[in-house]
Amino acid sequence: MSTTTAQRTGFGAVLWDYLTTVDHKKIGILYLISGGFFFLIGGLEAMAIRIQLIKPENDFVSAGFYNEILTMHGTTMIFLAAMPLIFALMNAVVPLQIGARDVAFPFLNSLGFWLFLFGGLLLNASWFLGGAPDAGWTAYAPLSTTSPGHGVDFYILGLQISGAGTLIAGINFLVTIVNMRAPGMTYMRLPLFTWTTFVVSALILFAFPALTVGLFLLMFDRLFGSGFFNANMGGNSVIWEHLFWIFGHPEVYILILPAFGVFSEVLPTFAKKRLFGYTAMVFATVLIGFLGFMVWAHHMFTVGLGPAANSIFAVATMAIAVPTGIKIFNWLFTLWGGNIQINSAMLWSLSFIPTFTLGGMTGVMLAAAAADYQYHDTYFVVAHFHYVIVGGVVFGIFAGLHYWWPRMFGKILNETLGKITFWTFFIGFHLTFFIQHFLGLMGMPRRYWVFLADQGLDTGNFISTIGAFLMAVGTIVFLINVIVTTSKGEKVSGDPWDGRTLEWAIPNPTPHYNFKQTPLVRGLDALWVEKTEGRKEMTPAEPLDDIHMPNASILPFIMSLGLFIAGFGFIYQIDNISWLLAVFIGMGITLGAMFVRSVKDDLGHHIHKEDLDKGAGL
Amino acid sequence: MSHDTLNPEVMPSEPEKATLEGKNKFLGFWFFLGGETVLFASLFGTYLALRNSNNGGPTSEELFGLELVFVMTMLLLTSSLTSVYAMYHMKNNDFRKMQIWLGITVALGLGFLGFEIYEFYHYIHHYEFTFRSSAFGSAFYTLVGFHGGHVLFGLLWIITIMARNAKRGLNLYNAPKFYIASLYWHFIDVVWVFIFTVVYLMGVI
Repeated sequence: MSTTTAQRTGFGAVLWDYLTTVDHKKIGILYLISGGFFFLIGGLEAMAIRIQLIKPENDFVSAGFYNEILTMHGTTMIFLAAMPLIFALMNAVVPLQIGARDVAFPFLNSLGFWLFLFGGLLLNASWFLGGAPDAGWTAYAPLSTTSPGHGVDFYILGLQISGAGTLIAGINFLVTIVNMRAPGMTYMRLPLFTWTTFVVSALILFAFPALTVGLFLLMFDRLFGSGFFNANMGGNSVIWEHLFWIFGHPEVYILILPAFGVFSEVLPTFAKKRLFGYTAMVFATVLIGFLGFMVWAHHMFTVGLGPAANSIFAVATMAIAVPTGIKIFNWLFTLWGGNIQINSAMLWSLSFIPTFTLGGMTGVMLAAAAADYQYHDTYFVVAHFHYVIVGGVVFGIFAGLHYWWPRMFGKILNETLGKITFWTFFIGFHLTFFIQHFLGLMGMPRRYWVFLADQGLDTGNFISTIGAFLMAVGTIVFLINVIVTTSKGEKVSGDPWDGRTLEWAIPNPTPHYNFKQTPLVRGLDALWVEKTEGRKEMTPAEPLDDIHMPNASILPFIMSLGLFIAGFGFIYQIDNISWLLAVFIGMGITLGAMFVRSVKDDLGHHIHKEDLDKGAGL
Repeated sequence: MSHDTLNPEVMPSEPEKATLEGKNKFLGFWFFLGGETVLFASLFGTYLALRNSNNGGPTSEELFGLELVFVMTMLLLTSSLTSVYAMYHMKNNDFRKMQIWLGITVALGLGFLGFEIYEFYHYIHHYEFTFRSSAFGSAFYTLVGFHGGHVLFGLLWIITIMARNAKRGLNLYNAPKFYIASLYWHFIDVVWVFIFTVVYLMGVI
């Protein structure tokens, strides 16, 4: 329980620090690095897809391998890139925005990260062990139940482990936002990024268990001989589609709402105006989250659920356009008459508005059930969801990274390189995906590894591939930017943007304990309230006292490692029963670590107030 | 921090929520149970879709006998009541009585689990009704088995914290642990009520 501020240095010490850390700021960095790594892998897979489709009947990759890279592109980008990059921003920012010293469950925060990482590694290990999953990211049965080899098994176990991590992270943020807010930080004073995190965490809580069950059933069918999706045993493969989309549709809102939150922070900061229609924005966020659970069957219009079901889900889907439209107009009105400063974060945010609106409009088109029979499984759908996911989520992540980089790393990303990234990626994106709307309307089906010449598809596909290369260039420039900024960038103050919310009220670098004294929040845009009254800092809500901090622990890493080992055991026990040993060893490690966690007291430690002035915890 | 969570001078009337950590655990566990509800709802939905897909094997009418299930239901419902008594004594800071009632809870839970294992054994050996015999079999053993797995985990959990704290008694650090374990136990009980209704009652009617 004593204070330890001993400073060890060297690679080993840093590695150990990051393996055991429970500090939300460091966990945010871990999410950023691993999410970025998987983003690059998913991007390479995308490039392979586009190179294969650059000309008719290309033979760059084989048909089977194309199925694998296509499946892994979707799975990686959704589960292993977009989700963790969003968690990176949430971890880096949300505790600071509510004036907390850490999240509610720092230990679980670490566990959530390591589960995600080991799940992602298990999934990608399939590349080296006989082939990746090849049944599409949706893994529809019976295609997935009959897919030969172990690819789909890696999909099941990998997503099961990383999904558990996501669920844990969701519960953690819910409790953090309910219980850890600083005095005066009422719900209607929460910054919008925190609000979207809150709603998204609730969506995770209620959506991911459906995926958990779906994956269990698929695992039982493939590895233990059950018959859920096997028509020969009386099973029904449509159950998988329902379970997958009961999870899968909320999942897309889980991805997009935090991006909405980012834009709602960036636009007011650089327009020098408070967010227009804050209350309506909160209401719209909650409404989108609620409606997100009511629309899953719009992915299944062509299954044959009947006209009544299709109509209900079509109308519910179109209803989501209303709160989303409210948001679009509120962002526009935030800009209206503002003192607008254009930089990289702002470019991503401004370009998001028209791009996402295009994606939303094709969404309403797809929601019309009768018309969907024409669009279904064509490139029109591919174009639609890339407009909302890249144009919304990826733009949001880029905007958030440029905006909060000085908070996370103490330096502002190079503006010139940032603008080169933006323009190449932005132009490349529209070049890649705009044309795909028309390819789809002309009848080009998605997921096919070749197309025939002289069907009117040649030019469109060629343009699309050129655009993909531009996006790759933009991503590489961003990586160069990170390296350049890290090595040559200058340290900035804790408030480089003249910010409005609490995360900018902290010195740079952020102290280990975030706030020396918990701040008193006196209004929406808490720091801006103080600035308008001539103060430079927050008013403290408590006298200077000892600060209670959680202890670091290696147990989350060990628990996740155990499940990783058990995952291999589950996959291979069907070939050789002795692999059950790996299941027992792995589960033994995990349950043993849980036992240790339960019986060993962990009360955290205190940083004494006398040591604060000497730089303890910095 | 002024008060000592391991050796509090006075135990408050709600020791499970007296510290911030306790409050976080309390709320976080309720959220977790919300997620568990979706998990079991998905399993119930799957079961309802497949309960008549017996693939020529035994049907639910032929399999289920309500006598055994009634005994199991009584055991589990009673164990929920005894865990309430345990929490009552926790709030009165009577550690010994809390341990006794938790012990009775565990004994009832073990009884339930024993009957469930016998039930599965009976189906497999007398009816050759297994996890692999039909979609109905898969759905039945998965739903009821998930519940049984939860019972087993809950028993191990309660036994672990009873043994860990046997010598030192109640404090503000372990009170939330006892409390959320009892919440978990109630949840298992509620799920069983639904299983009893949806699987067994609806299965024989």
